[in-house]
Amino acid sequence: MIGNLPYAACAALIILGIYALMFKRNLIKIVIGLNLIECGVNLFLITLGYKSGSVAPIYTMAEKKEMVLPTPQALTLTSIVIGLATTALILSFAVLIYKHYNTVDASKVRRLRG
Amino acid sequence: MIEDHLPALIIGIPLLAGFATPLISKLHDKLRNIFVIGVLGVTLLLVGLLALTVFDSGIFVYVMGGESTGLTLPSGFKMPVRIVLEVDGMSVFMAIISSVVAFLGAVYSWAFMDGHTGKDKYYTLLLILTAGMLGMEFTGDMFNFFVFLEITSIAACGLIGFRINRGESAEAAFKTMVLYTLGALLFLFAVGVLYGEYDALNIAILASRIQYTGLDKIALGLFVGALALKAGAVPMHMWVPDAYAEAPAPITLILVANTQVALYGLFRVVFTLYGLTISTQTVGWIIVILGVLSMFVGVTMALIQNKIKRLIAYGAVSQIGYMLLGVGVGLATLGTPALQEYGIKAMEGSIFHILNDAMYKGLLFLTAGSIIYSTGKRDLNELSGLAHDMKFTCLFFIIGAGAIAGVPPFNGFASKLIIYESVYKFNPLLSVIAILASIVTLAIFVKIFQSAFLGPKLLEVRKEPRSMVFAMLILSIIVVAFGLFPNIVVDNIVSPAVNALINHMDYVAAVLGG
Repeated sequence: MIGNLPYAACAALIILGIYALMFKRNLIKIVIGLNLIECGVNLFLITLGYKSGSVAPIYTMAEKKEMVLPTPQALTLTSIVIGLATTALILSFAVLIYKHYNTVDASKVRRLRG
Repeated sequence: MIEDHLPALIIGIPLLAGFATPLISKLHDKLRNIFVIGVLGVTLLLVGLLALTVFDSGIFVYVMGGESTGLTLPSGFKMPVRIVLEVDGMSVFMAIISSVVAFLGAVYSWAFMDGHTGKDKYYTLLLILTAGMLGMEFTGDMFNFFVFLEITSIAACGLIGFRINRGESAEAAFKTMVLYTLGALLFLFAVGVLYGEYDALNIAILASRIQYTGLDKIALGLFVGALALKAGAVPMHMWVPDAYAEAPAPITLILVANTQVALYGLFRVVFTLYGLTISTQTVGWIIVILGVLSMFVGVTMALIQNKIKRLIAYGAVSQIGYMLLGVGVGLATLGTPALQEYGIKAMEGSIFHILNDAMYKGLLFLTAGSIIYSTGKRDLNELSGLAHDMKFTCLFFIIGAGAIAGVPPFNGFASKLIIYESVYKFNPLLSVIAILASIVTLAIFVKIFQSAFLGPKLLEVRKEPRSMVFAMLILSIIVVAFGLFPNIVVDNIVSPAVNALINHMDYVAAVLGG
C-alpha cells in the first residue's frame, strides 16, 4: 500500500540533485548532485516495473505468483554500471582540478571563460 | 556472408579493436598506429559497402542474437523481443561522416600526438568513441541509444581531459562531463516515461503506438533538451568552446562529428518517433528558434575571442544553428503542401550542411592544431607571419575559412544557398539573419587569417609533418569537390537521408512488416 509514493520520492531526489547542481560551489557536491539525479531516475525505472505483492522474476523455484517486470530491472542494472563509470571519471577530473588549482571551489576554477 | 552482418561488424570492429589497442601498444608504437588506422580504414570500407546496400535496397534491419538476423518478429511474437539495429538513409549518411572523420583523425594523430605519453589509452578512447557514434546511428532501440550516448560521453570526456598536465583540460572535461551526464540522465528518464506508457523500447514500435499525451510532451521536451545540449545548441552551448579548445586537435575533429550525431538523434526522435502526432508547427518553430539563437550568439561570442581554437569553436556553435534552422523549417511544414514546395529543399540544405560542416570545421580545427603544433602558442595576439613558413596550412585555412563563411567555390556556399533560398519562402526574416551570421563569420575568419598568417615573420616554427598535411589535404579536396559538384552529392547521398526522415512509416514498417 505505497501507492504513488515512489514517484514522489523520484521527483524529490531529482529536484534535490538539480538544486545541488545549480547552487553548490563545491565540485564534490556537484558530483553528489549528479548521483542524486541518477538515483532518482533509477528508482523511477524500477518503480515502473514494480507490482505490489508479486515476486522477483527468477524462474528457479519461484512461487506460483505474479512476477514483477524484469526489463526495467535490466535497464536499471545497466544504468547503475554506467553511472559508476561516469562518477569515477568525474571524480578523477575533480582530483586533477584540485592538483592544478589547489581548490575545489567552482567559483575559483575559472581559467576558461568568455 | 559478410553483407548480412554489416551493421554489427561496423560497431563491433572498432569496439573490440579499441580494447585490443593497449595490448598491441606493448609490442610496438608504430605497429599500434598502423593497426588503429587500419581498423578505422576497414570500418570506413564496411560503411561504404553498407551505404551501397541501403541506397540500393532500402532499410537494412539487423536483429542481434536472433536465429536469423533478418527476422524481427520470431515465432508469432507481436513485437521484437531482441535488440534491433535499423539502418536507413539518414543513419548511413551520418555513419559515412563519422567514419571518414574518425579515420582522418587517426591519421592526423600519428604526427600530432608524437611525443605524448599515454597514447595507448588515447587510441583506445578514440576507437571506442567511434564505435559509440556508429552505435547511436544504427540502433533502433531507445535504451540502446542511451547506452551508446553514454559511451561517447565517457570516451569524449576522457579525451578532452587527455592533457592532464594542464589544469584547463581538467576544468573543461569536468564541465563537459557534468553536462553530458545530466543530459543523458534526462534522456533516460524520458525513455522510462515512454516505456511506462507504451511498454516498448523499440523506436519503430513506439512510433506506431505513440499518442502525444501530456506525458509524451514532457518526454519530448526532455529528449529535445538532452540532445540539443549534446549538440551544443544555444543556450546549452557553454561546454562547447571549452571542450573544443582543450581537446587535442584530432579529437576536436571527431567531437564535431559527435555533436552532429546528437543532432541526428534529435531528428530521429522528432521525425521518426513522434512524426506527425506532434503539433509540427510548434515544435518546428522551437527548433528554428534554437537554431537562430545558436547562429546569432555563436558569431557574436566569437568576435571577442582571441584564443584561436575558442574562436573557431564559437563559429562551430553558430554553424549548428544552420542545421537546426533548415530542419526546423522542414518540420514546421511536415504534412502540409508547403513541404513539397520548400520544406524538402530546406531539409536537404541542412542535411547537406551537416556533411559540409563536418568537413570544413574539421579542416579548420586541424589547421588550428597544426599552428599550435608548430608554434606552441594558442593566443592570436602572439602569432604572426605564419604564411612565410606554413604554406600548406595557410592554403588549407583559406579553403576552410572560405567554406565556413559560405564563399562560392567551396561546399559551405552550396548548402547555405539552398538553406537561404528555401527558408526565405518560409519566413524572409530568418533568411536575413542567416546571411548576416554568415557575413560576421567571414569577418572573424578574416581576423584570424590576418593576425596569424599575415604580417612580419616573428616566430621560429616547426614544419608541419606529412601525416598532418595528408589529413588536411583530404578534407580540403572534399570541401572543394563538394562545392564544385553539389548536385551529385545532394542527389546520391543527401536526398535518401531526407526521404528517410520524412517517410517515417517506412521505418516502422521495416520492423513490424506491412
